[in-house]
Amino acid sequence: MKKIVLSLLLTACALSAAFANSEGIAWDRAPNKTNDLVSLQHGAKLFVNYCLNCHAAAYMRFNRLTDIGLSEAQIKENLLFTTDKVGETMKVSMDSKQAKEWFGGVPPDLTVIARSRAGQGGTGADYLYTYLRTYYRDESKATGWNNLAYPNVGMPHVLWQLQGERKAVFETRLEHGHEVQVFKGYEQITPGSMTPLEYDQAVGDLVGYLQWMAEPSQNTRVQVGVWVLLFLLVFTFFAWRLNAAYWRDIH
Amino acid sequence: MAHFKEISPNAPAAEKLLNWVDNRFPASKLFKEHLSEYYAPKNFNFFYFFGSLAMLVLVIQIVTGIFLVMHYKPEASAAFASVEYIMRDVPWGWLIRYMHSTGASAFFVVVYLHMFRGLIYGSYRQPRELVWIFGCTIFLCLMAEAFMGYLLPWGQMSYWGAQVIVNLFSAVPFIGPDLALLIRGDFVVGDATLNRFFSFHVIAVPLVLVGLVAAHIIALHEVGSNNPDGVEIKANKDANGIPLDGIPFHPYYTVHDIFGVGVFLLVFCSIIFFAPELGGYFLEYNNFIPADPLKTPAHIAPVWYFTPYYSMLRAITSEMVNLLILIVVSSAAWVALKTQLSVFLKGAVAVAAVGVALMMFSIDAKFWGVVVMGGAVVILFFLPWLDHCEVKSIRYKPEWHKIMYGIFVVNFVVLGYLGVQPPSSIGERVSQVGTLFYFGFFLLMPWWSKIGQTKAVPERVVFQAH
Repeated sequence: MKKIVLSLLLTACALSAAFANSEGIAWDRAPNKTNDLVSLQHGAKLFVNYCLNCHAAAYMRFNRLTDIGLSEAQIKENLLFTTDKVGETMKVSMDSKQAKEWFGGVPPDLTVIARSRAGQGGTGADYLYTYLRTYYRDESKATGWNNLAYPNVGMPHVLWQLQGERKAVFETRLEHGHEVQVFKGYEQITPGSMTPLEYDQAVGDLVGYLQWMAEPSQNTRVQVGVWVLLFLLVFTFFAWRLNAAYWRDIH
Repeated sequence: MAHFKEISPNAPAAEKLLNWVDNRFPASKLFKEHLSEYYAPKNFNFFYFFGSLAMLVLVIQIVTGIFLVMHYKPEASAAFASVEYIMRDVPWGWLIRYMHSTGASAFFVVVYLHMFRGLIYGSYRQPRELVWIFGCTIFLCLMAEAFMGYLLPWGQMSYWGAQVIVNLFSAVPFIGPDLALLIRGDFVVGDATLNRFFSFHVIAVPLVLVGLVAAHIIALHEVGSNNPDGVEIKANKDANGIPLDGIPFHPYYTVHDIFGVGVFLLVFCSIIFFAPELGGYFLEYNNFIPADPLKTPAHIAPVWYFTPYYSMLRAITSEMVNLLILIVVSSAAWVALKTQLSVFLKGAVAVAAVGVALMMFSIDAKFWGVVVMGGAVVILFFLPWLDHCEVKSIRYKPEWHKIMYGIFVVNFVVLGYLGVQPPSSIGERVSQVGTLFYFGFFLLMPWWSKIGQTKAVPERVVFQAH
């Protein structure tokens, strides 16, 4: 009981001022875990188990996961569900017609989702982090779920077993002459297998994985960049002094 | 064999090789004429880096482009995937891709600054009108090249941006729909469009660009470079015919430009390695979603370098066209009443004005938006004949001209900012005022450039020894 009340209070505090835009609530800041290999591996596990059934990641090769510290044997044993070749890409076999019937649309490819969802509210990771943590039960929807970051989304809450089922409490308020539904907080209906903090961590890992998958070379990019800039600083310094040496002749 | 230069058989091998080449190809002559004995003014400043930087960026784009084309697939069904393939599976493909996308934006930064230099120092004035005209043509080709290149990744913004802009051509009277069909290769942007834009982007326009750049430099070298003081250095030569204020381009400006390249690369590489998307301005977020002809994005905007012109396009509403008709008619009335032209000419102007006014009444505002957007670039071509100030360089123009140029820059940036934003009623008003200022700046220049007291232009350039 205490846990439920506490989580309600916490979420109310975090989100009470959050209706910044009519298309969804303001986004939370995602933790940036793209340098944490353990977190990325956990995120990969969550991704392959929970997301890859409906969503594809058609530009991501399984063996690229060696970049985050997994061996090909580990990938083959634990993460290869849809294919048996580790060099294959993460395609799925969901039929687009059936997808439209079940969800109202084809689930988008997730390879570069963390890059494509950036916007006024923050980075794509911020959006995804908020999205995966703001599901609530809504009997009026076909899936039984609704979402604060993406109202009336066609996707059900895939991670419900981890977070548990929650209901969202709204309050009707008068703003600028018309009635608006303002989000007040959550009410936990059934508990999940994780505490709210554990769940936030897990989602942080998953979002970190999605960020990494969107651009697997990002860490290499930054590492190489440091050396390149150091070289250019030295080069430019010498170019400057060489130029000065020549121009001393000009009066 | 006539005029073969013979050298001693004891000469070093390198000299003999050079002599062999020189007897068959003017290598040393070209080197002397365009580098070691091409005399450039010694007072070049910061703004004079951008010509060589533009050439550097052109080379970067071509070389990275060559490598990208090895892996890119110009088919609607495979284009997006092939770009991701380059980013992930091609060794160092991500670097080549980022160099090309950052290079495209860098090209416009450099070219805008290069043009600004020409604007403030009067580099377009006699005898350099042709240098300027070649330059404006390069700018037009660059815009076409960037526009077509942007379709190639086949993302949402690529597709819908192309759809919007190509549809504008259908507003041209009589030939519009057929023209749009010819550009697209189909009734909507699709695979046919992608294939022809690929052809133009990869070979047709780059060939033209390289030819124009060569012509631009040849025209410049024929008359010699201008300088921040607008002083003609060829007016004061020494006993050997070398301008007193001139220095050989090589080695002084080659080493100077190498320093410029170093600084440029520091900025360029900072972006590529640490912020290649640059907040969605260099690589737009929406373009990471594959093109979907059935889903229109909430907000379609061109890339940042087109936004000032896009603002002008959006500013031309039906309401604005009425104002423009008023301006056309009142200008014609002013010509009829206030000038000393012959009756025949006045009559011709009156007839033309009536014709234009009638066209503006009957043709949709969308077409006039296209005309204004195109006109904003075309008007640059006429700058050499619009500037009637006695002096070339802003340094010696009346003080208040500096304010005019300052407002011009601020106006251009504001128009650019408004172009990025979704349309709004206040944005519309501000961009309408901005469009009027932009055109007024150029069209009224023959008059405003003569107002005010110019300062005395020195005989020799102003130079502080380094």
